[in-house]
Amino acid sequence: MSAFGEAMYERFIQTAPAAASRSRLRTAQGRRRYLVSAICIALSTVMLLPLLASVLASLKSTQEAAALPPTYYPHALSFDSYVRLWNYGAGLPAYFFNSLGAALLTILFCLALTVPAGYGLAKLRIPAKEALFVLLLLGLIVPYQALLTPLFFLFVQLKLHNSLVGLAIVHTAIQLPFSIYVMRNAFEAVPRELEEAAIMDGCNSFRVLFHICLPAVVPAIVTVSLFAFITSWNEFLAALVIMNSDSSFTLPLILAGARQQTSIGGTDWGMLQAGVTISIIPCMAFYLLLQKYYMAGFLAGAVK
Amino acid sequence: MHSATGRYVGLLYVAPALAFVLVFTAYPLAQMVWMSLHNWSLIAQKKYIAFGNFTKAWYDPQFWTSLNFTLKYTLLITPILMIGGYLIALLTAENTPLRQITRSVVFLPVVIGLGASSLLWYWLFSYDFGLVNRALLDLGIIDKPVLWFGADADVALWAVIVSIVWKVLGFGTILFVAAMHAVPRDVSEAAMVDGAGFWQRVRHITFPLTARTILLVTLISVIGSLLAFDQFYIMTAGQPRNMTATSVFLIYLNSFPYLKLGYGAALSLILAGIILICTVLQMLLSRRSHA
Repeated sequence: MSAFGEAMYERFIQTAPAAASRSRLRTAQGRRRYLVSAICIALSTVMLLPLLASVLASLKSTQEAAALPPTYYPHALSFDSYVRLWNYGAGLPAYFFNSLGAALLTILFCLALTVPAGYGLAKLRIPAKEALFVLLLLGLIVPYQALLTPLFFLFVQLKLHNSLVGLAIVHTAIQLPFSIYVMRNAFEAVPRELEEAAIMDGCNSFRVLFHICLPAVVPAIVTVSLFAFITSWNEFLAALVIMNSDSSFTLPLILAGARQQTSIGGTDWGMLQAGVTISIIPCMAFYLLLQKYYMAGFLAGAVK
Repeated sequence: MHSATGRYVGLLYVAPALAFVLVFTAYPLAQMVWMSLHNWSLIAQKKYIAFGNFTKAWYDPQFWTSLNFTLKYTLLITPILMIGGYLIALLTAENTPLRQITRSVVFLPVVIGLGASSLLWYWLFSYDFGLVNRALLDLGIIDKPVLWFGADADVALWAVIVSIVWKVLGFGTILFVAAMHAVPRDVSEAAMVDGAGFWQRVRHITFPLTARTILLVTLISVIGSLLAFDQFYIMTAGQPRNMTATSVFLIYLNSFPYLKLGYGAALSLILAGIILICTVLQMLLSRRSHA
């Protein structure tokens, strides 16, 4: 029997009883199907309601947003809250670009550090490689929340406090262990024959990395960038510690501040929910667009 | 082949990341240990006091209030997240369109920021403008609005727990689903042919074969809960009377607004130690479940 035939035979043996049991499963589950569907729909509704409430609240008119008792949904659509948010403090664009700048710098730093490191760890001979790898993952054992004070003083000395570069450095430190882990695994999966052929042709390790390996690890690069973005965009405590002038605040900081300060006496709930909506949109968009990479990184991150 | 590239070329590739970790993680860690041994505030001269800051923590009622509150939060939320996440994973593990959509929807809040979700729930739980009180009143569950934040630490704790369960439930769910998909099909099908019901299969097959993932997700949630800050800073601001100030909150208060840097560093080290113990415990348990 050919190898192919053997494989088919084994498959048949395995699937014949399985198919029978699957049909039994179907009748058994027929009774349960409605219940499962009902629970699924109820659960999804409960999970979506807060998000929906926030978006709807951000579309209420100024008066309605401050109405007592609060309304469940806007009786007339209005972008007043967004206009107030746009003009809040130093203006929404400033905060938006601060957040975006920190996030892009974090992506840049993460890639610049972990693409070569991942390649080196996966493909090159390095003395005491395992010990180095563990040292690189130090951030996993020490929570960054505990390191913020000494980091703050270091940044004061380096003139990096209150700067986006400083903030991005902290965000990079948070993301580094995960990024190194993902990049090393990605480079390890690149077949050795590819690089060996290139080395025969006289490529040095630098050209092997850029011309042979890099195209093969694009999915890992997307994953690392995506997670760097989401971490940096949402991070709160380090930003609170490092940024100390209003014009350098990121979105999470300005929103937390806006929950008390107001333009209309009492908290401006409409504007606050407009801010929540705006800060959620990029994360949701990236998640929905890059779901495949997100899940890959998510599962890799959890087994680290 | 690699001898041509030299023995230390590899090191060059790792050097930038290594330098980064040494400067921005290892050095601050060493400095924190040093700070914790000093009476160090920005106003007074710093003075070596050995373990004085640690003794001070032992006799500081606020240290115990914060630690107890953080542990209480962790002990209450972890079982909810584990059991809830696992039940939803069992419900949605099969790949039918409705279940896949449900899984994605449950996961959706995981990708948004903790700051944003805390502000969202801060509004929902607001005394007079919040939809939670409005809905509970309309449904006749309560007669007058509940003051969720600022009056009673336990009421505030439960409000925060509701918001965080909503936010991170999907995290465990997705990992549990992945673990369930890794259970070999023929094992559960063999059990089905033998007449094992759904819950019997869950108990004797799915549960033991996903035990390692359960341990892992438990560890991640426990560490996440022990490090809780954003949600309390935004929703309760530590009120009433710093009773809802978590351990990280207390570190923040001492290090920044109060400028008691040595004491803050000592508190950081204590918390890092507690987290290290949890990690080691999980590794030991996980090794045993593997054997």
